[in-house]
Amino acid sequence: MIQNPRHDSTQNSLRRRDMKKSISIQSTEGHKIDSVESLRLFRESLIADEQTTGKMVNVCCGSGCMSSGSEHVREAFVREIKEQELEDEITVKKTGCHGFCERGPNVVIGPENIFYNNVTKEDVPEIISETLLENRVVERLLYEDPVTGQKCLYENDIPFYKKQKRIVLKNCGLIDPISIEDYIKVDGFRALAKILSQMTPEGVIKEIKLSGLRGRGGAGFPTGIKWETARNAPGEEKYIICNGDEGDPGAFMDRSVMEGDPYSILEGMMIAGYAVGASQGIIYVRAEYPLAVHHLSTAIARGTDMGLLGHNIMGSGFDFGIKIVKGAGAFVCGEETALIASIEGRSGRPRPKPPFPAIEGLWGKPTVINNVETLANVSRIALNGGKWYSEIGTPTDKGTKIFSLVGKVRNVGLVEVEMGTTLREIIFDIGGGIPGGKRFKAVQTGGPSGGCIPEELLDLPVGYESLAKAGSIMGSGGMLVMDESTCIVNIARYFLDFAQNESCGQCTPCRLGTKQMFKILQDITRGNGKPGDIEILLELSDAVKQASICGLGMTVPNPVVSTIRYFRKEYEEHIHEGRCRALVCRSLIFYRIKDYRCKACMKCLDACPVGAIIGAKWQVHEIDQSKCIKCGTCMEVCPKRFNAIECVTGRIESSGDKNE
Amino acid sequence: MDIERLNKILAVFEGEGGLISILQRVQEEFGYLPEDALFSIADFLKLPPSQVFSVATFYDHFYLTRRGDHLISVCQGTACHVLGARDILETAENCLGIKTGQTTPDYKYSLERVACLGSCALAPVVLVDDEIHSRMTVRKVKKLLTEDLDDTESQT
Repeated sequence: MIQNPRHDSTQNSLRRRDMKKSISIQSTEGHKIDSVESLRLFRESLIADEQTTGKMVNVCCGSGCMSSGSEHVREAFVREIKEQELEDEITVKKTGCHGFCERGPNVVIGPENIFYNNVTKEDVPEIISETLLENRVVERLLYEDPVTGQKCLYENDIPFYKKQKRIVLKNCGLIDPISIEDYIKVDGFRALAKILSQMTPEGVIKEIKLSGLRGRGGAGFPTGIKWETARNAPGEEKYIICNGDEGDPGAFMDRSVMEGDPYSILEGMMIAGYAVGASQGIIYVRAEYPLAVHHLSTAIARGTDMGLLGHNIMGSGFDFGIKIVKGAGAFVCGEETALIASIEGRSGRPRPKPPFPAIEGLWGKPTVINNVETLANVSRIALNGGKWYSEIGTPTDKGTKIFSLVGKVRNVGLVEVEMGTTLREIIFDIGGGIPGGKRFKAVQTGGPSGGCIPEELLDLPVGYESLAKAGSIMGSGGMLVMDESTCIVNIARYFLDFAQNESCGQCTPCRLGTKQMFKILQDITRGNGKPGDIEILLELSDAVKQASICGLGMTVPNPVVSTIRYFRKEYEEHIHEGRCRALVCRSLIFYRIKDYRCKACMKCLDACPVGAIIGAKWQVHEIDQSKCIKCGTCMEVCPKRFNAIECVTGRIESSGDKNE
Repeated sequence: MDIERLNKILAVFEGEGGLISILQRVQEEFGYLPEDALFSIADFLKLPPSQVFSVATFYDHFYLTRRGDHLISVCQGTACHVLGARDILETAENCLGIKTGQTTPDYKYSLERVACLGSCALAPVVLVDDEIHSRMTVRKVKKLLTEDLDDTESQT
């Protein structure tokens, strides 16, 4: 039936599956959920259907695996299964992100749930003939624990997953993200059914307050209190906004949830709408996330078709509709008042608070703005109760938090851990430590608003207060691991560059303060640092923090303050000795060819991206320092046995003021 | 600028639709926001043109000049940064012979930096039109862009 697998949308794959079972074709197409009872019956029929299904191939089609070629793998499965006429026995499904993007494309073979990683389309025939038909495992596609060398058969055997506790990500990687049937099968909309039939709006707010859920977008404001404020605010019309403007560089958990489990966000918004008394929801998504936009809009359409969105949901009299608004590339729009301005069609400039959006938000109406991850928690809490949630985590920080573990760490990806897990557990047990035998230096949490935490504090349990005490923040959950080859001053410069670029410009402390701070940091990394620079940086940080209007200005000095606090010595080395111990700051390092080792093999000469290497066959090479951009490619390609190129730092004769 | 094409787009937004969605849609159609279009949009929404220009220049995604046929965006997110995104960007500048933010004179390529593409696990990444190229190195970029150039040239 599928000639061109490119057109095999989920609708098609649904239909394909349904062709075998005429019962489900009747029950899904045009099926309406008009009561709590009909949802229950529908779910039961879906589960009953599934038990008759045989083998399953779940191919991760999250953005990470997609860019590693998972779409080709999926197409290969569909084609091969069709050719061998196995369509009745084997179902191929697209799933959302497993979080282990580094190992993609990931494929899970059901019902046993064998986890294959780094699968290519060439592996497909073997997986079919061996695993799917003969129940034999293809060893080489299993994950191998780099420490013990042991092969892991299931996802849960892999150390990366062992210490995780997946509440928000529980469906990601398991269900077909845009299939409403799949979502309903895993208890989808049960929480909504429960609150609509058994709970009052006040009761819902009480449960959320009891759960201790706090905003996962960064500031950590208690969700229940926000809802209550909006509920009690005068006005007929109220709004629920889902903040999917995940602008923190290095964080991608919201992206994965929007792509991998979009219905749970819709359900969370509906529950919020019921609790607050709103009938209109808006999801504000970054335009950089096309797949998330696609999955969310498909989910909204499917939900509306089934009557789960719209008027009189499940016969309860509750109305709720959701629209999507795409962002236009401004980091500051993640700030709630700027986000509202953007939805209203204006430039995204924050305004002073109060009044808070919960009182006066979109179009002047009471508005609840919750982050994607917060809303994804809501249905879990509503279903299992606030008490259940409050028992997860620590006495002060409840529940779980997703971190995007990136940078110089072995296992890169999304990890969801219980609050109170230590940084060491996250980075070393889950993340597998630092690759290449290098030494851990620091971990940066919270993106541009967060700070760097040094090795001494690795046993810090993660939580809102503990991270704040260490000079960082939880933020949206970016976690950047740095090793000895990362320069701390360069990282501070990087974040300030970002901050001064993204400052909306309306208030002076932020607009000019970040600019000055960036310039000083740039000078330091270029070898033009002056004694006293560190003190000026601290003074400016203080002023920007205290005098800015919005959260952006109040927090962007954090990376500078925290790095000075823990790594002052490195700043001093840059300023006084012109030395960058990590060999990163280009004006402070230079590459040179040891003429006594160079064999004139032309490798570096060919590889240099800017043609800075002089020499010829049989003529020892030399680097033209005025052209060199210090990318290190030459050192990388120089054969190990020659080892003719070295990188040195310290005060040297100026090699021109290369752009830093 | 094709005024009819513009009017067709605007007709869809009759009665509802914020300024930003309209600008996004118009840019999708024309590849950038021509000046005339901004005036027409202002007329359509009964807004002062200054407000439309203010919004169009505030957001990074809007372009007021013609872009190249292919957009090359080099991610400068944190994860990409520590793994050498700046070298990647500079190499791209070198290969294309333009600076970041510029377009080649033949309007084939535009080069941009992007704050984060959210593909941090595959860092450093480069987005060419809609395709993400992962785990880039200076050498891979060089190959990608020179091949890409040759490809397009041989086609034309």
